[in-house]
Amino acid sequence: MSSTRNLTAALRRARVPRPRLAIRPIQSITPFTVRAFSASSTRNSDSRQIKFTSDAYPNLERNPNFAEISADDVAHFKELLGSQSAVIDGVTTDVTDDIEPFNSDWMRKYRGHTRLVLKPQNAQEVSKVLKYCNARKLAVVPQGGNTGLVGGSVPVFDEIVINTSRMNQIRSFDAASGVLVADAGVILETADQYLAEREHLFPLDLGAKGSCHIGGNVSTNAGGLRLLRYGSLHGSVLGLEAVLPDGTIVDALSTLRKNNTGYDIKQLFIGSEGTIGLVTAVSIQCPPRPKAVNVAYFGLESFEQVQQAYLAAKGQLSEILSAFELMDGRSQQLVIQSTGNKHPLEGEYPFYCLVETSGSNAEHDMAKLESFLENVMGDGIVADGVLAQDETQFQALWRWREGITESLSHLGGTYKYDVSIPLSDLYLLVEDCKARLTEKGLVGDDDSFPVRAVVGYGHMGDSNLHLNVAVRQYSKEVEKAIEPWVYEWIQKRQGSISAEHGLGVAKREFIGYSQNDTMVKLMKQLKNLYDPNGIMNPYKYI
Amino acid sequence: MSGLRILVPVKRVIDYAIKPRINKAQTGVETAGVKHSLNPFDELSIEEAVRLRERKGPIKVEDILALSAGGPKCPDVLRTAMAMGADRAFHIDVPDKGDGGPEPLTIAKMLQAVVKEQNVNLVLLGKQAIDGDQGQTGQMLAGLLGWPQATQASKVDIKDEAGTVEITHEVDGGVETLRAKLPLVITTDLRLNEPRYASLPNIMKAKKKPLEKKTLADLGVEDTRRLKTLKVTEPPPRKGGGKVEDVDGLVSKLKELGAL
Repeated sequence: MSSTRNLTAALRRARVPRPRLAIRPIQSITPFTVRAFSASSTRNSDSRQIKFTSDAYPNLERNPNFAEISADDVAHFKELLGSQSAVIDGVTTDVTDDIEPFNSDWMRKYRGHTRLVLKPQNAQEVSKVLKYCNARKLAVVPQGGNTGLVGGSVPVFDEIVINTSRMNQIRSFDAASGVLVADAGVILETADQYLAEREHLFPLDLGAKGSCHIGGNVSTNAGGLRLLRYGSLHGSVLGLEAVLPDGTIVDALSTLRKNNTGYDIKQLFIGSEGTIGLVTAVSIQCPPRPKAVNVAYFGLESFEQVQQAYLAAKGQLSEILSAFELMDGRSQQLVIQSTGNKHPLEGEYPFYCLVETSGSNAEHDMAKLESFLENVMGDGIVADGVLAQDETQFQALWRWREGITESLSHLGGTYKYDVSIPLSDLYLLVEDCKARLTEKGLVGDDDSFPVRAVVGYGHMGDSNLHLNVAVRQYSKEVEKAIEPWVYEWIQKRQGSISAEHGLGVAKREFIGYSQNDTMVKLMKQLKNLYDPNGIMNPYKYI
Repeated sequence: MSGLRILVPVKRVIDYAIKPRINKAQTGVETAGVKHSLNPFDELSIEEAVRLRERKGPIKVEDILALSAGGPKCPDVLRTAMAMGADRAFHIDVPDKGDGGPEPLTIAKMLQAVVKEQNVNLVLLGKQAIDGDQGQTGQMLAGLLGWPQATQASKVDIKDEAGTVEITHEVDGGVETLRAKLPLVITTDLRLNEPRYASLPNIMKAKKKPLEKKTLADLGVEDTRRLKTLKVTEPPPRKGGGKVEDVDGLVSKLKELGAL
């Protein structure tokens, strides 16, 4: 039985070609092969691949107040952390190969100069490390799975990387309340699998779940695919354990849903991107795992109708609605172009939506979903659509949404903007941006135009749009045409220039478009209060 | 040949993407509360029947009849089959006794009766159901009917109005092409086609298509048992590898195992 099942699975999977995936590792392997023969060529071949952040942002200068790491410091850390694997020492030894992954991000956009990586195992060790760094004025960068999109988790200069990967224990789970307490370095997917065995669900799901750490998710206030249903981490995180730069361990690891006793200090660590403290453990409220999940995929004629469909979904599916995702026609064409997959719908439409329901009773959910589908079809809101009949189709339909980022990366570079705008204007940004770039003669179908396409997709249910400008090559001309125009556009509508990706290095200069002077001043005051020496994640947005 | 009247038997099975678990009594697989869907090979059969119609070949497809035998939830997969393009459906009500359902020979006899009653001249069925993995029904049916059969089809081509059909199937190291005349039994394999999604308009239409309920007795068939399931067990679990912290850990582990 199982052999046929596997064969079926294997052959079915084979239908979805994943072209060029194999190329990536080969590219990154090449320099290592070179290295084996000639150590001197290493740096050249590496720097050709990823530009140092300090070169890409020439206005960033190393803060002279920070000390340089010495051999004595390294010896101290080695003694402090004990284990050999806890320290990657690039100060007294040559470990270029080992340290490179900690210096650069997965998009290959940002690259730092760190020479020291520390992997403490618990809050006490983090506390000792930070206390020492604070006294010595050594700058640090907290790092989890390093899957961020804005360069917040990699060093810019020689900041010490404090990686959470060795803090990876699940501490407790209470089935009655659904509260999970786990170390910061637990991988999101591992946590979710642990919960799956106990019929619960981690209230966050995102594309990088196989690598990202939950501590990093909390520090960056990650949003993801099911925010619509389970809300933001500001709500589901019940408590935190964090370490301040002076070594103070903040034990706010409460498992209570309600606790109105003064300031809710833990919220400061959620989304502050490691600038005032390092999160070492999280306690989080986990909902029961839905037993029945369904997915429908629609084609629609206008953005007006997308909004109507969303309203109808909210009204008729209400408590079982778990995702409402928007993809424009152009983004789906690019996925077809990149993957070669057959599109689920026959005709072409300017807009597509993916609607997911999660509930506890399959029949009840199906009845609701069917009456919703009948309604939107009957009223002519939706032009065409399909409903996943089995698990395979369910996953295949999700790939049309989740695969956009990957497809774009295969086709060239992408300028990515993750914005939050009032729903009625959500797609207008894409149209305006396209019109602007077309007017400037930058968009076209052949290789003489720098811009391949302007596409929009995102979490409709959260008023969160991903505006992506797919380019054949990065150019100053295109960049100047988009920035700061796009930020001004968003500011005019009181939107957010970063809905879920954060600020990091990428958007450090643009915070003013979404936060007024008072807010920025308050943030700076907090930063100075908790981190007077400014050693936590410097050169980023604050 | 006047027209093609196709019978597509389908089965409701545990979704193939879900890991099946053995029940506590070790008599079968746990089915309660587990997602079920249309047997993937049967999906291919339905798709092929619909494509034969869309291809507008030398013989017009008059009727596509989907059929499923099983408990009260069988109509779900029949609606899916009709949403994909089947014209009507028979639900043969066989109460679920938790014994894996009727044996292939019983099903073959039941299909034989339907073929006669409905004047079917082409039976397209999956080469096997992924739950029982018996892979016998098509062959038994051909034997009972005395019809030619082509198994594990990867291509089906109707050549002429006289009802000549060419079927390609995969064999070790290549493909084999068979030719036969209608009436015919064909079993389908994975490379035959890529099943379509059930579109919303078609799902709505499928609700109005006729679904007739029958029993084995209506077809003059008895659910007799020749086989007895003694025990169902899982294969022994694979032992996972261990992880060591660093070189020292590796060395001490190797020493511990006596490798050093």
